[in-house]
Amino acid sequence: MAEVLVLAELTGDGEPTRGTLEALTAARVLGEPVAVLLGAAHPAADRLARYGAARVLVAGSADPAVDLAAHLVGPAVDVLARLVADRAPAAVVVPGSAAGREVAGRLAVRTGSGFLTDVVGFAPDGTATQLAPGGTTVVQARVTCGTPVHAWRAASLTPVPAPVATVVEQVLVEPSPAREARVLARVVERSAGRPALADAAVVVAVGRGVTGAAEFALVEQLADALGAAIGASRAAVDAGFCPPSCLVGQSGTRVAPRLYVAVGISGAAQHWSGVRSAQTVVAVNSDPDAPVFALADFGVVGDLATVVPELTAQVTARRG
Amino acid sequence: MRLVVLVKGVPEPTGDLRLDLADHTLVRADSGVDPLGLHALEAALRLREAGGGTVTALTAGPAPAASVLRHALAMGTDRAVHVSDPALHGACAPQTSAVLAAALRRVGFDLVLCGAASADGQLGVMAALLGERLGVPHLSGLRTLAVAGTTVTGERQTEEGRWDLAADLPAVVSTWVLPDRPRRRTVAGIRSAAATPITTWTLADLGVDPSTVGLAAATSRVLSAGRPVRTTGRTGDPAELVRFLADRALV
Ligand SMILES: Cc1cc2nc3c(=O)[nH]c(=O)nc-3n(C[C@H](O)[C@H](O)[C@H](O)COP(=O)(O)OP(=O)(O)OC[C@H]3O[C@@H](n4cnc5c(N)ncnc54)[C@H](O)[C@@H]3O)c2cc1C
Repeated sequence: MAEVLVLAELTGDGEPTRGTLEALTAARVLGEPVAVLLGAAHPAADRLARYGAARVLVAGSADPAVDLAAHLVGPAVDVLARLVADRAPAAVVVPGSAAGREVAGRLAVRTGSGFLTDVVGFAPDGTATQLAPGGTTVVQARVTCGTPVHAWRAASLTPVPAPVATVVEQVLVEPSPAREARVLARVVERSAGRPALADAAVVVAVGRGVTGAAEFALVEQLADALGAAIGASRAAVDAGFCPPSCLVGQSGTRVAPRLYVAVGISGAAQHWSGVRSAQTVVAVNSDPDAPVFALADFGVVGDLATVVPELTAQVTARRG
Repeated sequence: MRLVVLVKGVPEPTGDLRLDLADHTLVRADSGVDPLGLHALEAALRLREAGGGTVTALTAGPAPAASVLRHALAMGTDRAVHVSDPALHGACAPQTSAVLAAALRRVGFDLVLCGAASADGQLGVMAALLGERLGVPHLSGLRTLAVAGTTVTGERQTEEGRWDLAADLPAVVSTWVLPDRPRRRTVAGIRSAAATPITTWTLADLGVDPSTVGLAAATSRVLSAGRPVRTTGRTGDPAELVRFLADRALV
């Protein structure tokens, strides 16, 4: 069976990201998944094998002084381009984070291929299902030249384990960092004491409609009652209520909770492109004409300062 | 310093993004300037004010795209370049990056700036593709931007956190909303923009073979499109909402 290269992306703790496990799950339709890890031999290899990576290629430089993480995106492109030339895979699948999309695009340009972003599924003949543009429409698409490169849209499926015995192989690659941006520092942000946004089963998100600390505290109480992660629109991040890591949307996290509660959010396309994978969406907004009501499964028209505490009380009462 | 800013026209933010049913390209009813492009332009104008040099606005697209360049000129851009060619219709991202890279080589640049993602296509990869094509570093998704001597630095914001980046010029950067709001056009600026000639190049002018660009030669193809992702729901009071959630076992 043909190989499919899957770029493994790691969290700050050295675990494969959810997007990586999703990509490994989805890639099985196209061929035999081969995971590609940058850096030294890694404990993450076991996790990758549990999700179907029959082979884990650990790419590094022969010179121990060369740190592939010291440059932005480029080393991953160098490694994948080498492996595409050497192994002629059926396709390459990359987790579609901001960095992953850039890797996909640059790899396509360098190898004379096409690439697709926001991919949410594959057919055995290589056809990809995409949410495009910006998540508004379901599209069937195909790459028409070279080795197809796909940026997988995170939060599009539940990773399914498929344990295999894996072979871990070292690959030596000399990156060409001269033309890459240097990474001076990298700060991983996470909101303490709450579920991680990307994996949360319930997300309560705030927008510009939240105008003060007292109102934000009301929303936090609702989130606590629901056991939810807190998300935010760009307007709420810019207003300083939430750190940028809470941002949901095109430029932030794409979420896939069972329940998404949008509080004081208008439903702008750029925000909604991160919400499309939510199963049930409810909205609280004082403007009956807000576009969010056309996107939500259930809407409450009203001032959040009264609606949100009422909701919290009812949820708490029901949960006893 | 030679600063070049990529600006583009986009549909009104409230308008639905639609795909043409015949050829599956994005229906273009462009009526505004991509807002992040204006932030990049503001940054370029400030860099020129601080360190001297020229700012060129560059766009590729059908004829109405020229109005985007007028907007840029009215904000204070020195020069405007429009790549216009019927062959561009339906161009995919790798093709567009090849065309823009050819235009950038011809314009000449020390720093190229663009929005981190356009309000329409939303791929968020153009800076990276241009870096790859031009063989220069790209610093993408910046929330801050500074140039000191021949070094450009900035904070990159992504879903996982913050990266502090640096690179030597020449380089390509893409920016989110930066701290400085884009300036308004003045009446005098709009007048002088109307009188400033816009340089127009075809693909042939850039030495790009038109048969390698556009829908027929695209590196990917949409086979079918259409199903809207979500249908309109209903409204009610908080008590009804909680019952709705309970029916779905969500509370
Ligand atoms: C390229 C690009 C990328 C972007 N990426 C993102 C992104 O990733 N994520 C993102 O979120 N945005 C993004 N944006 C910005 C996006 O376009 C919107 O501007 C933003 O999502 C609006 O946030 P909002 O809904 O909170 O604010 P608004 O649109 O201002 O909506 C506020 C809502 O609150 C309601 N409201 C006001 N008061 C109350 C009250 N007391 N009670 C209840 N409701 C109330 C109002 O009726 C209104 O509907 C991007 C923009 C661009 C151009």
